[in-house]
Parts: sequence; structure tokens; C-alpha cells
Amino acid sequence: MSAVLGHHEHANDDHGHAPTGWRRWVFATNHKDIGTLYLLFAFSNLMIGGVLALCIRLELFQPGLQFFNPELFNQFTTMHGLIMVFGAIMPAFVGFANWMVPLQIGAADMAFARMNNFSFWLMIPAAVLLVSSFWLPGGAIAAGWTIYAPLSLQQGASMDAGIFALHVLGASSIMGSINIIVTILNMRAPGMTLMKMPMFAWTWLITAYLLIAVMPVLAGVITMTLTDRHFGTSFFNPAGGGDPVMFQHIFWFFGHPEVYIMILPAFGIISQVVPAFARKRLFGYASMVYATSSIAILSFIVWAHHMFTSGMPVTGQLFFMYATMLIAVPTAVKIFNWIATMWQGSMTFETPMLFAVGFIFVFTMGGFTGLILAMAPIDIQIHDTYYVVAHFHYVLVAGSLYAMFSGFYYWSPKWTGFMYDETRGKIHFWWSLIAFNVTFFPMHFLGLAGMPRRYADYPMQFADFNALASVGAFAFGLAQVYFFFFIVLPMMMGKGEKAPQKPWDGAEGLEWEVPSPAPFHTFETPPKLNASATRIVG
Amino acid sequence: MKSIRNTPASRWLVLLAAAFGLATPAYAVNDLPGGPAVNQLNLPPAASAIAQDLQWLHWFMLIICLAIFVAVFAVMFYSIWKHRKSVGHKAASFHESTTVEIMWTLVPFLIVIAMAVVATKSVVEMKDTTAADLTIKVTGMQWKWGYDYLAGEGAGIGFVSTIDAGHRELSNQGGPKAGQHVDDYLLKVDYPLVVPVHKKIRLITTANDVIHAFYIQSFGINQAAIPGFVRDAWFKSEKVGDFYGQCSQLCGKEHSFMPIHVKVLSEEDYTKWAAAEVTKAAAKADDPSKVWAMNDIMSRGEKVYAQNCAACHQVSGKGGGAIKALDGAAVVNDADKTKQIMVLLNGQNNGAMPSWKTLSDTDIAAVVTYTKNHWSNKTGQLVQPADVLAMRK
Repeated sequence: MSAVLGHHEHANDDHGHAPTGWRRWVFATNHKDIGTLYLLFAFSNLMIGGVLALCIRLELFQPGLQFFNPELFNQFTTMHGLIMVFGAIMPAFVGFANWMVPLQIGAADMAFARMNNFSFWLMIPAAVLLVSSFWLPGGAIAAGWTIYAPLSLQQGASMDAGIFALHVLGASSIMGSINIIVTILNMRAPGMTLMKMPMFAWTWLITAYLLIAVMPVLAGVITMTLTDRHFGTSFFNPAGGGDPVMFQHIFWFFGHPEVYIMILPAFGIISQVVPAFARKRLFGYASMVYATSSIAILSFIVWAHHMFTSGMPVTGQLFFMYATMLIAVPTAVKIFNWIATMWQGSMTFETPMLFAVGFIFVFTMGGFTGLILAMAPIDIQIHDTYYVVAHFHYVLVAGSLYAMFSGFYYWSPKWTGFMYDETRGKIHFWWSLIAFNVTFFPMHFLGLAGMPRRYADYPMQFADFNALASVGAFAFGLAQVYFFFFIVLPMMMGKGEKAPQKPWDGAEGLEWEVPSPAPFHTFETPPKLNASATRIVG
Repeated sequence: MKSIRNTPASRWLVLLAAAFGLATPAYAVNDLPGGPAVNQLNLPPAASAIAQDLQWLHWFMLIICLAIFVAVFAVMFYSIWKHRKSVGHKAASFHESTTVEIMWTLVPFLIVIAMAVVATKSVVEMKDTTAADLTIKVTGMQWKWGYDYLAGEGAGIGFVSTIDAGHRELSNQGGPKAGQHVDDYLLKVDYPLVVPVHKKIRLITTANDVIHAFYIQSFGINQAAIPGFVRDAWFKSEKVGDFYGQCSQLCGKEHSFMPIHVKVLSEEDYTKWAAAEVTKAAAKADDPSKVWAMNDIMSRGEKVYAQNCAACHQVSGKGGGAIKALDGAAVVNDADKTKQIMVLLNGQNNGAMPSWKTLSDTDIAAVVTYTKNHWSNKTGQLVQPADVLAMRK
């Protein structure tokens, strides 16, 4: 019965070293607690970013300016992007990493437990600084989340606050990534070779390397923006001989790997959930590892597909078009492998599997619109239009967010010790799926018809699709409020069936070898593993 | 009491549709030829050969992607239906196959190469701006477009194209009302770009302040206008008519309000237009040494104000939010008139108030005089065009 070698079967009891009260959270060094902190932080930012999105959709419900002046509207679009990218998606995946990586590899905790605490708590002042920039003179940043120069040089004090916040968030990410890499490379239980490691751990290993490679690049470009603004440099300021296009190159050198940073852990979650509910091993494990690595490496050489209208010479346009289209290949391989896992399986469709299958379906739609955008001539017709907005929301919301929901429903019994309500989970899924598509599918049409992004008002011919998108957006937002109050909160408050150690009969992995909820300390001594490194023996 | 669960789904759909129908006013808007169509689903009709190629390319991509999508998900949904535990299907145990992996890497790779080869021709064609019949410099400014005809028939013509002031005001008022029929809402400008049909037009883009983008789908052009840099693009319209576009790079608060209207004329009509423009330009060239009387310059100033300033500072002069009020403002009421002229020539607050140095000396003198003597401002000052000219470096 002992899932953990050693004597800590009652690790939830107070032996005098498990902290309580506020100190437990402020001084947390336990990967599970820190994981919980990240997830709650991310969800709060999802709500804040969501409110901003609803403000945008409220204004765009009808042609004309009814609620906000255009400057404030630009602040909403910018902050919605910044908060969702840096405050919601990235921290949420770090939360998943903190909770699951040590459990999955049989490690007692992360390699650098105190640095882990610092990584989390850095995020709080950074987020407060970012969000409170709305109240600085001039309002929040209004240059888009991509903060292109020279528009960024015209912004008020909030640009400097945002730069500072991004520096702090970047430092947090870099430290977190170092932690993850060292943990995975050094603390796997004996017998768990890299090629036996769960896919979620693999995708986080690769993501961590991407983060270390590109966060410093973002730090560089925002520092150059800062010095242009206040210290007399002219990196991007054309009046001083600077090059605004160089900003774009450096930013997107970070920016493109950044979007893969936001999707690779999602791929990892799906690779855990689909085999569990198909009751069949992941098809082509090695292939999946290679495909993920290829995507990561290729992500460094495609950045200028965000710049097809900037005036690159022909060779540049062609190179970036070819390289971007190439990335479609390993991504397609992953989709095929997931479907091959489902094929001839014995599937059930509890909520985690609904979200995983939903992910595969809707993420692929986003993938195809990405392929269409990769064609430089077509991109010229739809660059900076709502087609692009549709594309990235399909891959980030129906992609990353759905994978997170899938992971939440899959692993929350392990985290909390309680099962979520299955009917409510299904309601959450269908409500989200339908509302999401009502919101974002019409945006493809708007983009093809030429409606540009970051527009506070638009020609009347676009009215109906905008109205539809706005209705869908409010419905989608409501679905997430429902999720929090009717699914998450009851679990956190202990309402619901007690979760067994392994609620999913097809699930595999060391996290299912410990009780639900997982004890405060797990794997304090490295477990002895079976040949496939999925079960504990002895 | 009937619970929510027992209400048939169809009832809910009808209710939702009704709510939706009630919530949105019926907009009496028509398709705009050369611009967006109502509820348009695809790219607009092409007015140039390149745009035609792009339409074809898009259909090509869409059909291939749709075919692959349908095939792949037919397989997945079949599997969901047949390979489920509830129908008793038992899980197989296979979990890898090198052959299969190679196949489904190679086939997508080949498909992607085929797509790339097809697209390459268009990329190369779109970049070839040589041998143009007419060259026009397009300058993006916050928040309007400047057009200068550099070479070819009409060289020397130059003007600024701004969104129709009435439309801008309509936007501030909450937009067109139900039943109000404004087919070119937010696409109408005061002075459209005029070009001849069947001629290759090379556009050189640049900007005065931040990055803008000159975007017209009917011609298949979308080119960033970057300050300190020149870029180019080209188009050759095969149709006479009006074509519309918008700025497609976030450039500040009026980003949604700097449309593009290109009027394509037949070759004879264009020749007539070009000749008339040159004559008009000569007449319009305001003599900066002219001395103006207060009444005349005030009515000129009122026009300039409505055209350029009212969108932000309001007709009432009260501004709003970050936008300063002019009514009662210190710099407007200052005895030293050069202070306000400076603001207009150079902008202020890092471009939040843009520079208006592209306006003529007469226009600037008029609008400064107007603000200094309107609303509750009663300075009695009269600014002459020569005063403004003197302050330009």
C-alpha cells in the first residue's frame, strides 16, 4: 500500500515541519503549494484579462463609439493581450509544471525550492504594477501587446511601468525554467530515462530551454525601448537615425518562440490525457519527442512571418514563408499521433477527454489558418486583420486554455482529493466550446473582408458579425465564471465525492502512485520503478 | 415547476435568436462597391491581376486545408463512435510504427512544398516595382494620409487626405442609428487618391511619426509606412471606380479613423483631373504675405477647426479625458501668440498632440486666431500667416 517509500504515510499531519497559516503560502517552498499559488494567480489574471476582452467586445458590439474613447480602447486591447499572455497562460503552465513535474518523475520537490518561491512572489508586484498602470497619468500602455516603436516611444509613464513589470516577469520565468531543467535532468527516479519520462515533463523540458533562450531577448528589446524613451539613445527612434523595423525583428525573435512556449506544455497535457481515456499507450512516443523538439528548434527561424508587410526583400519573404510552412509538418505529426492513440482504443468521454478531443479539433482549425497566414501573398491581404485575431485565439484559447482545462479536470482530484461534478464539467465544456466558436469563427470572415485589428469603430458592413462575436464573448466569459463558482470552488471547499488514488482507470504515471490528495511531501526517497517507469514496485 | 432541463433545446435556440434579433438594430446598409460587402465571407472582388491571383491562392489553400481537415476528422469521429468502451470495444495494444511515422511526415512535407512553390510566383511578382507608369509617395501621419505625385502624369500634385469630418463626428455620437444608411461609413475622405486605370502605379510609403500601413484589398496591397524609411509596393487597377482601404498598423488613438479612398479614372478623365489639380494648386497656394481681416480669418479658422481639431478637442472646445480643453486654456489665452503657434507646428506631449506643420501658414494662422477668439476666449489677437511662416525653421 505504501506508495511512497519511507515512513511519511501521514504527511498531511502536523509533524511540526509542515507550515500553516499565512506563512505556509508566503514562505512556500513546497512544489504543490507553489503550483496552487501559480494556478490561482493565473486564474485571477484570466478574469481580469477577460473583463478587458468584454470591454472590447462591448464597444465593438455596434458600429460607433458608445462607451469608450479610442485611446482607452487601445489600452484595453493592449492590456488584454499583455495580461493574458504574461499573467494568465504562462503562469498557469508554470503552475501545472510545479504540481506535476516532480510527481511525474518521482522527485521530492523542485531542485531549487526557495528560488521557486521567489519566482512566484516576484509575479505579484509585477502584475500589480502592470494592472495599476491604468491609473497612471495617460492611462495604460496603448501600443498593442507587441509595443512597436516608435508608437511605444510616444506612450506615457505606463510604458515604463510595463517595461519594469516585463523585466520582473521575465526574471521569474528564467528562474523557473532553470529550476525545471535542473529538476528534470537531475532528479528523475532511478530507471526513468529521458525516453521513459512522461510527455508532459518532456514538453516542459523543451519549453524551459525556449524560455531561457528568448526571455533575455525580450529584456534586451524593452531595455532599448526604455533608453530610447529616457536616456537619449536612438535604437528605434528614426529621428535619431534609429530603425523601427529592428524593434520588430528583435521583438519577434522573442515573440515567435513565445507562442510555442505557450503551446508546448498544452501538447504535453493532451499527450497525458488522451492515452488515459483511450486506455491505450501514446502512439509514437519517440516521434512525439522528436516532433516537439523540431517545433522548438524551427520556432527560432520563422519570426519574420509577423513582418511580411514591413518591406523585406524578396528573399526574406520567401525564406520566412518556407520555414513557417515547414513547422506545419511536425505539428501535423503530433495531431496524427494523438488520433492514432485514440484509434482502436476503448474510449470514455469524461470531461478531461472532452477538452482533449475538443483541443485536437479546434486547435487544428487554428493550425490551418496559421498555414494560410504563412503564405506571404495571402498574408498581405489579411495581415493585421481579424483573420489573425481569429487564428491566434483559436490556438491560444481553444488550444492552450482548453488543454489547461483538460489538465485541471484530469489532475484536480489528485490536487484536492475531491472529484469535480461530472455533469457540471460537461456543461462547462459544451458551453465554452459553443460560445468560443460563436465568438471567434465570424472573425475569419471579418478578416477576409478587410476589417483591421485594434479598431475601435468599423464600417457598417461588419456590424452583424461583430455583434455575433460580442454575444459569444459574453457567453464564453460567463462559462468561466460558472467554472469557478460551480466547479473549482466546491472542490476547493471539499464538496464532492472523495477522489480515489487513481480516478481514471486508463491513467499511467507516478502521480497516480500517491494518494489523493497528494500528501504534502511525496517521494522523499526515490521510488523503485518497474521497467516502463510507470509504476512503483516493492 | 418545469426544470431548465426539461425545456427542449429548440425552444432555447429560438429564444436566443430572438434575443439576438431584438438586441441588434437592423442596419440599413448596402454593400460598398470597392469596399466591404454586408456580411462578406471571403476576400473582396479583385480589381487588379495580383489581387485575382491572391484570391485563387486563397481558394487553393482553403480547399486543400478543408479536404485534409475533413479527412482527418472523419477518421477521428469514426474512432470516437466505434472505438469507445460503452459499445464494448476493447483497446488494442499497438503504440508505434516507424513506417507510419515516415509516411505522415513525408506526405505533409510534400504537400507543404507544393503550396510553397505555387505561392512563390506571387511573392516575386508583388515585389517587382520596376517600370512603373506613375510614382506616388504615400506618407502616413497621425492620423491621415499624404499623397505626393512624384513621377509620371500629374507629378507635382500633393495633398492630404483626411477622414470625412462628419463621419468622425458621427462615430463620437455613437455611430449610425438603425435605419441610417451610411454605406461608406469611416471610409469616406475629403480628397481621394486619384489614379488612372490600366497603369502600373508605384507607391513609395513612408511616415512622419509612427508606423502606419497602407492597405487596399481590391489591389492586393498592404505596405507598412515606416518613419525614417521608404518602402514600396505597386498596383495596376484593371477597373475604373472607387476602392477603399484602411490603416492596418496600430498608430495611436485615431488608428481606426484614417481611411484610404482610391478613385480610379479612365485615362482621359485622369488627364483632365491632373491638369485641373495643377491649376487649382496654384490658385489655392495661400499667399503667406496676405494680410487678413478678423472676420474673414475667423470664418476660415472655423472651417479648419471643424476639419482638423474638433474630432479630439470637440466642437465645444472642451476636449475630454487626456485631451486638453482649448476653451479657457492658458496657452491659447497667452499674450505671446508664438506659444500656441509652436504647439501647432511641433506637437506636444510626445505626439499625443500631433504636429500640424503640414497645414498651410494660412490655415494655422486662421485656426489659432479662431481658438483665441471663440468660446470664452476673448484675446482679440489676430495671427497673420506671415507670423506662422516666421516661426517655421
